[in-house]
Amino acid sequence: MQRATLDLWVGIFVVAGIAALLFLALKVGNMSGFDSATSYMVKAEFDNIGGLKPRAPIKSAGVVVGRVSNIGFDAKTYAATVSMKIDSRYRFPKDTGASIMTSGLLGEQYIALEAGGDSKMLAEGDTLKLTQSAVVLENLIGQFLAGKADGEAKSTGPAKAEKGI
Amino acid sequence: MMHSLLLSLRGIGAHVIDGVWRLGLAMRFFSMTLLHSGQSFRRFHLIIREIFSSGVLSLIIILVSGLFVGMVLGLQGYETLRTYGSEEALGILVALSLVRELGPVVAALLFASRAGSAITAEIGLMKATEQLAAMEMMAVDPIARVVAPRFWGAVISMPILAALFSAMGILGGYLVGVMLIGIDSGAFWSQMQAAVDFREDILNGVLKSFVFGIAVTVIALFEGYDAPPTAEGVSRATTRTVVTSSLAILGLDFILTAFMFRGV
Repeated sequence: MQRATLDLWVGIFVVAGIAALLFLALKVGNMSGFDSATSYMVKAEFDNIGGLKPRAPIKSAGVVVGRVSNIGFDAKTYAATVSMKIDSRYRFPKDTGASIMTSGLLGEQYIALEAGGDSKMLAEGDTLKLTQSAVVLENLIGQFLAGKADGEAKSTGPAKAEKGI
Repeated sequence: MMHSLLLSLRGIGAHVIDGVWRLGLAMRFFSMTLLHSGQSFRRFHLIIREIFSSGVLSLIIILVSGLFVGMVLGLQGYETLRTYGSEEALGILVALSLVRELGPVVAALLFASRAGSAITAEIGLMKATEQLAAMEMMAVDPIARVVAPRFWGAVISMPILAALFSAMGILGGYLVGVMLIGIDSGAFWSQMQAAVDFREDILNGVLKSFVFGIAVTVIALFEGYDAPPTAEGVSRATTRTVVTSSLAILGLDFILTAFMFRGV
């Protein structure tokens, strides 16, 4: 009798532990990670990736369709090569463009895909041709200042200089 | 002057040598425990009894402190996040800090003081009353009969307790954030789900608690087994268990965090 109640308590304890883990897995975390079996790998070269990190989301029309799996450096072209895993439920045309965007003013950086019009679809190992680098704030400020100085030299006033951004 | 300096130097040296000697003994004790665990798995009811005494009986303290830690995180996090106008990120803050750090660490600290000290006192008293020696007289190996079941019972209990702690804490954060303060419930859960990864965050937290469980249990068992067989010796061993295992948990936590969450 003594052993039976003890077994019952241990059983309840283990079930509660499994329930807590399930709660963490399903309600708190996102179990639905992209597996290599259900995704395909695409590469893209960027001149500058800014603050992009591995596992950053890849979005198309704002919906997450994949994740960045690896970031490397090509010593021949001096460009960053970004490998992306895209969920195989979503197929994109061959001339899809990739650009690095920032969510919000100070948010994480992600890759936005814009579908092209090609009839052929991207396959495993393809490289995206149309890429747009991350916007680097320092360059932006530099361009703005250069444009402003240029505008003042031509004495066209500050109104036109703002187009230099 | 010179003499007292020499004496204190000798004291430090004796302490260090004693520490290294005990560390080696503890490692030998740990490997002996692992070697004898096959026998204790064949008598699983012994392990079940130890899961009861170190896991089930620690349940109340773990659940209640998890709830309160989560509620405090909710209040404090809200105060800070409000200055940036991002109150909805409270779910992320509560969930990540619990699942990654506070769940495993605080649960292990509580476990060390609740179950670890009990294990040390029990084994120390068994040794002081010569029960362990009596077992050896009857050709029963005390490590296989007494130590190994306690080891596995505690090591199995620890990840379960840490998961329950994290779950209760998130519930506490939900209670304060959504029920009391009035953050939108949908934003609370969806932001949390977007930020918490199952493999990176939750499984790493479980792994941490498993490592802490091994460390706490080995320290508790060894201190009990090595305690001088007197009332004073057992009481000092119990104190040492709590101090040493708390330090071990925090030190190991730093090492594990450095390996797991370097961000690259």
